[in-house]
Amino acid sequence: MTRVHDMGGRFGDGPVIPDAQDAPVFHEEWHARALAVTLAAGALGQWNLDISRHARERLAPTDYARFSYYEKWIAALADLLVDRGVLTREDLSGVAPEGPHPLAARALRAEAVPGVLALGGPTERDGGPAPRFVPGDAVRTLRPAANRRVAGGHTRLPAYAAGARGAFCRATARMSSPTPTPTIWERRPSRFTPWSSPRPSSGRMPRTRATR
Amino acid sequence: MPHDHHDHDHDHHHDDGHAHAHLPPDPALRVKALESILTARGLVDPAALDAIIDTYENRIGPQNGAKVVARAWADPGFRTALLEDATAVVAGMGFYGRQGEHVTVVANSAGTHNMVVCTLCSCYPWPLLGIPPAWYKSDAYRARAVREPRRVLAEFGVTLPEGTAVRVWDSTAEMRYLVLPERPAGTEGWDEDRLAALVTRDSMIGTGLPTAPA
Repeated sequence: MTRVHDMGGRFGDGPVIPDAQDAPVFHEEWHARALAVTLAAGALGQWNLDISRHARERLAPTDYARFSYYEKWIAALADLLVDRGVLTREDLSGVAPEGPHPLAARALRAEAVPGVLALGGPTERDGGPAPRFVPGDAVRTLRPAANRRVAGGHTRLPAYAAGARGAFCRATARMSSPTPTPTIWERRPSRFTPWSSPRPSSGRMPRTRATR
Repeated sequence: MPHDHHDHDHDHHHDDGHAHAHLPPDPALRVKALESILTARGLVDPAALDAIIDTYENRIGPQNGAKVVARAWADPGFRTALLEDATAVVAGMGFYGRQGEHVTVVANSAGTHNMVVCTLCSCYPWPLLGIPPAWYKSDAYRARAVREPRRVLAEFGVTLPEGTAVRVWDSTAEMRYLVLPERPAGTEGWDEDRLAALVTRDSMIGTGLPTAPA
């Protein structure tokens, strides 16, 4: 089994409600603050892309279902801050100690924002083995979809695409993948498994997803 | 004696055991509390938050992607390079950055329509399109785009010509997609600025088509 976030192909959801092309970027002020505080806290350097995704994916299924998008962000951020030892539960309860935190020197300053956002966090890795497939190769995605090296139902191969047959269409970059250790999920060069995707075909349900 | 289960499931906080349960339940208050705690400890600079919000409200948005599409319409050599290595090409236009470190551009053609989703999360090419719209992040879109894309398109008012294939690209945290829609007829000789004005956000996600020239 994978986690609650793996909802591609699920039945039972209602219609998609499009918005106007000129709808506000943030519908509520707190949405904007939630995004900004999450990005700013990320700049403290205490977690990476995989850790932050993991934090959202492992919200309790009931929470994941009832939380709006930015509620998920802020709940995951609170969990991350505690898990990574930046804050304590007591801090979150409002009995935080006074005075600067040991990580305060790493806080993102306003003047650094454009540079940090422009820098991004590329996940491409140098080296590693050559792609195992060339375009047109017949491939089959793994089943079950769960990542074999990460416990608890994490996956980067959605369940709807597990076990699917298709044709390899394109190798992109060599990306790192999450590898758990007792204390941190690190980005490491891993066995490189490039794109393996069912070839899109008319009227079917094509998809592209890297198997890991 | 039988247990009385009355009310046990009412107002139950399912996030018990998670650290976030220590924050107020109301979302706006929850964000405010966390921001205040982080600010008090010097971990967050409120001016930096303002700068981040300004960036995504006013500086980075679909107007960036529209410039890429318009140039691809106007310049065949650019289009070829874009489809070959979009990350490098859009970086050359200054559209590189957070949540868009690796980008693939997929081109619509007569007979093929592309559409982008992120079923596992809400991954989206931020430097090209900004922050994703609410519907892109909705359960309904994430669940249904890969199962019944034509029905989803119909909910956006898009009906494709008979026989058109739909390709759905499921984003990963690393790889983000931008749809290159077809250039509308009747735009021969238009410059890039004029073309860019026809490029809608949804046409670059694949849930819409470019605006027809007036």
